[in-house]
Amino acid sequence: MTTVAPSPRRLGATMRRDKWWVQPVAIVTALTLFGIYSIVRIVLSKYYAITAGGAHLQSPFFSPDLPGIFSFKEFRPWAVLVLWAPLGMRSTCYYYRKSYYRSFFLAPPSCAVAGVARRKYTGETRFPFVLNNLHRFFFYAAALVVVFLWIDTVRGFFYHGDFGIGLGNVIMLVNVVCLSGFTFGCNSWRHIIGGKMNCFDCSAVARTRHKAWQKVSILNGKHMQWAWISMFTVGLTDLYIWLVSSGAFHDPHHVF
Amino acid sequence: MAIEHHDFDVLVLGSGGSGLRAAVAAAEAGAKTGLVCKSLLGKAHTVMAEGGLAASLGNVDPRDNWETHFQDTMFGGKYLNNWRMAELHAKEAPDRARELEHWGAVFDRTPDRKMSQRAFGGHTYKRLVHIGDRTGLEMIRTMQDKAVHSDIDIFMETTITRLIKDGDRVVGCFGYRRASGEQISFSSKALVVATGGSGRIYKITSNSQDCTGDGYALAYEAGAELVDMEFIQFHPTGMVYPPGVAGLLVTEAVRGEGGILRNALGERFMEKYDPKRMELSTRDVVARSIYTEVKEGRGTPHGGAYLDVSHLDSDYVRRKLPSMYDQFLELAGVDITKEPMQVGPTCHYFMGGIKVDPDTGETRVPGLYATGEASGGMNGANRLGGNSLGDLLVFGRRAGIGAAADANKLSAVALPAEELTAAQGEVDTYLNGSGTENPFQMHKDLQKIMGDGAGIFRDKEGLTEAISLLESLESRVDKLKSPSPRLEYNPGWQLCREVKNMLTVSLMIARGALMREESRGGHSRLDFTAYSDYWAENNIVVHSKGGYDMQLTPTPVFKRDELSELVEARKESEKAS
Amino acid sequence: MSETMAAGGTRTLQIWRGDLTSGQLVDYTLETEPGMVVLDAVLEIQRSQAPDLAVRWNCKAAKCGSCSAEVNGKPRLMCKTRLDHLPADEPITVEPMRAFPIIQDLVTDVSWNYEVNKKIIPFTPREDLPEGDYLIDQADTDRMSEFRKCIECFMCQDVCHILRDQRMHNKYYGPRFMVRLASLDMHPLDGIDRIDQIADEAGIGLCNITKCCTEVCPEGIHITDNAIIPLKERVVDARHDPILKIFKRNNTRPGKKKPEASA
Ligand SMILES: Cc1cc2nc3c(=O)[nH]c(=O)nc-3n(C[C@H](O)[C@H](O)[C@H](O)COP(=O)(O)OP(=O)(O)OC[C@H]3O[C@@H](n4cnc5c(N)ncnc54)[C@H](O)[C@@H]3O)c2cc1C
Ligand code: SF4
Ligand code: SF4
Ligand code: FES
Repeated sequence: MTTVAPSPRRLGATMRRDKWWVQPVAIVTALTLFGIYSIVRIVLSKYYAITAGGAHLQSPFFSPDLPGIFSFKEFRPWAVLVLWAPLGMRSTCYYYRKSYYRSFFLAPPSCAVAGVARRKYTGETRFPFVLNNLHRFFFYAAALVVVFLWIDTVRGFFYHGDFGIGLGNVIMLVNVVCLSGFTFGCNSWRHIIGGKMNCFDCSAVARTRHKAWQKVSILNGKHMQWAWISMFTVGLTDLYIWLVSSGAFHDPHHVF
Repeated sequence: MAIEHHDFDVLVLGSGGSGLRAAVAAAEAGAKTGLVCKSLLGKAHTVMAEGGLAASLGNVDPRDNWETHFQDTMFGGKYLNNWRMAELHAKEAPDRARELEHWGAVFDRTPDRKMSQRAFGGHTYKRLVHIGDRTGLEMIRTMQDKAVHSDIDIFMETTITRLIKDGDRVVGCFGYRRASGEQISFSSKALVVATGGSGRIYKITSNSQDCTGDGYALAYEAGAELVDMEFIQFHPTGMVYPPGVAGLLVTEAVRGEGGILRNALGERFMEKYDPKRMELSTRDVVARSIYTEVKEGRGTPHGGAYLDVSHLDSDYVRRKLPSMYDQFLELAGVDITKEPMQVGPTCHYFMGGIKVDPDTGETRVPGLYATGEASGGMNGANRLGGNSLGDLLVFGRRAGIGAAADANKLSAVALPAEELTAAQGEVDTYLNGSGTENPFQMHKDLQKIMGDGAGIFRDKEGLTEAISLLESLESRVDKLKSPSPRLEYNPGWQLCREVKNMLTVSLMIARGALMREESRGGHSRLDFTAYSDYWAENNIVVHSKGGYDMQLTPTPVFKRDELSELVEARKESEKAS
Repeated sequence: MSETMAAGGTRTLQIWRGDLTSGQLVDYTLETEPGMVVLDAVLEIQRSQAPDLAVRWNCKAAKCGSCSAEVNGKPRLMCKTRLDHLPADEPITVEPMRAFPIIQDLVTDVSWNYEVNKKIIPFTPREDLPEGDYLIDQADTDRMSEFRKCIECFMCQDVCHILRDQRMHNKYYGPRFMVRLASLDMHPLDGIDRIDQIADEAGIGLCNITKCCTEVCPEGIHITDNAIIPLKERVVDARHDPILKIFKRNNTRPGKKKPEASA
């Protein structure tokens, strides 16, 4: 006979038998590794574009190419001026919120598993988490960055002005598709595009917005998957460009 | 010992669709209203209703009108219905449906944005207002919110074990709170019984645990008459496998949406039994057809028939029948968009019930009203799908208004002390008496007797046997005792009185079934397979001669001259085809 | 036939027995039939071994939401959980919901939920509606219908850490009632501006969208994605969005009026 007390219990207390702790551990590991990689890259701020052979492949971490556009002479981690947008979008994203509240703040670590006993739980009503309500503004900014990434991607297909395809192009295309899938599956966007309406059929505009809402809802349904996939594609795209531009190997491509 | 006591003008027993509607109506009429139910609010049997609510709105088929609905109801009930009830129901159901929508219910729509209606067995036109396959839930939730925000005191998980009379009049009732076991009494100037049916007298049933016929038995004991108790609707399509879920309902909407019935040989056997209406024939016919197929050796491996929707578009099936899809996937491991279901008859609905005045729901006992499945008359020998939900609203409202009007005429009532003491004594005996009978065992015995002797097909021999077995239970009932003396949420204690009620109901059914020497609607006699002219004109009315001694009286059907033309016209057109 | 049915066999259930003051898990062993659900097993134990075992149930068809309990540590409807879907080599634990006070054994006192529900103003038609039948589009119906599928099993309330661990029943209505508020706020004909209630009294800001409610909902309602997050966004429109504020667009909720002082 085991005794269980039905009321609040110590951290981690649960009657679950499955390996509930796998997910939080995996998420903490993945997010931490990604964070470290990003910091290294930004501090390094080198090897982010492939220009050999008339190519123009730009790492998504460093797009748009601020030093190029504004002819910045000094070496600074300029990318930060852009990166706040996608970073802000992700850290206020409803999915990421779920995963860090669970995995980092243990509130709760997993369903039906007791979390940290707090003196006072305030959820998203106090600073800093109340700022998560500004998610839509980060979305606007991040959507703009995605536009730049599409420009980069299309430009990448032209080598000295001639159309060509290479492994780098494909990687960049996949990446920008995934990033778009993530960005435009945003819950705030879903709200703005149509979700805020209460009558989907009251005008022609409403009907159009309803259709758009349905499309966004499809993307939104897999927001978590898009979030992870796009995070990896960004990292891998950057890594590819880093390796090629630092001379580790060549980007195989064919110009027509 | 002083017990918790409350005073009301109108007290409603039961928070199913009919009870909620009655309480809302009584409160609106200005009566101080209370509502008591055995389960939690919003969990009554009505939440399970799936298919829809029959109302001749004519949104989908503009040809529909109350006259046709009335005729369909009469034809479905094999003309044993109380004409006035069938009339009121057909006339008022559309308003009740609209009213529900005005209270916030959300139903599926037509392309021009009105309430949509679906086809159902026995209804000439597409008539059932619905939302997916959870119409009962929508109704309950809507009225629950209406009731909670009306001036109604609600007593959840409170079991009523006795109606209390002062002389001839019912002036209140007695029971206990299930959670604490504390006794409670109510006085009421008028009391509405809305306690639903008694499906749990059978093992294979679609009914919820609440359905133990408490209202029938309590009203019987208080001197009310009951009518048509021999007519029990066996729904043709219940799950047959796995054993744990046998009896669980497969909504008629499956057939309404185009489901096809086949036997083990792959034959679409309804062609034999009702080539005109096929799968959408009335429930008694379909149930008997499946039963016959199985009995003659053409059943499926688990002893049923195949019901197939796999020829329909799978998205459509998932959208229109979402809970059926889930139910089979989850409980039987069958994907109904790909393979057929196996189904067989299951006890579903009690056509009979407490005999009431059609317009007000009043019984022959002053101060006692009844409505919903607990009342009888509206459905005759067989109920059409969708007519119950309409019935709950139409007659629930009428009973509420009737009871409130009655209560307004009266000054205070009081519970006679000796009656109260007797009621207390009864529940105490179940808990602390010297009895030895286990209620769980007796319930099982009772279900077996009813299943064997008074099930879907009956004959003299089986019924006589069942009656004598039931009579042998009579003496055991007094010795019922809860296996545990605990007060708090004691399931055995609860079951004691329920078994007693079910025994009363079972006796009425078996005795009525023995008396009615014909086959009609929900009553099929193997030894009298045809209609009888005599019984076509008579309902069986039963009342107590004391204890389990019952008086059964054939009583002419309640007719109305102004409706004769409609009825005759329908009879003619049936003969013609 | 794809009715893949593991044969029954002997299983052990560890059922929590006790009341508010004390209790423990008690082992019961029984022979099971194929396709049995946890509720079947519990009722069989009640019938044959422990006649005083308290358990709340009614429909046994996953329609009424009475039989919520924690099976192997997770909230489940007992009548919808097949024994053969649970690991065969270990006992099955069955406990009452933790977010509510225990009455007896598996039965908990869920009356708090009914108190919360009373605070929510029911559907109230807009004042500018034309006479006659209500006209509502199927698209709007579909959206509301998801929320109205709720069978009030209160398992989402049970698993929500704000209620379960933080015990903030006085500050947060819980996911079930966010779903209810969403169904009302999104009703095309509803005439009440419910934003203040959603933001203040109901405490939507406390929800940190960790989605456990969605994970346990037996009706498959997307509680967070379709109800809570959209409501949070509506609160942002009304309260947090500086741009809407500058253009004075944050208070335009056509047809909706603030409720009178107290409901
Ligand atoms: C699976 C299923 C599907 C159905 N589908 C349809 C359909 O599509 N269309 C249709 O028209 N009909 C349908 N029906 C039939 C219909 O649902 C019922 O006939 C109807 O719900 C009965 O409602 P009621 O208000 O009379 O009583 P119930 O809903 O049975 O409520 C009875 C109430 O009485 C209370 N009670 C009982 N005894 C006591 C006591 N002793 N003390 C205190 N309270 C007590 C109970 O707690 C409960 O609240 C269906 C039935 C089933 C089982
Ligand atoms: S998402 Fe919000 S409501 Fe749902 S369980 Fe988590 S905190 Fe509770
Ligand atoms: S939302 Fe889902 S989990 Fe919550 S009470 Fe309703 S049905 Fe249960
Ligand atoms: S008993 Fe109704 S949901 Fe399980």
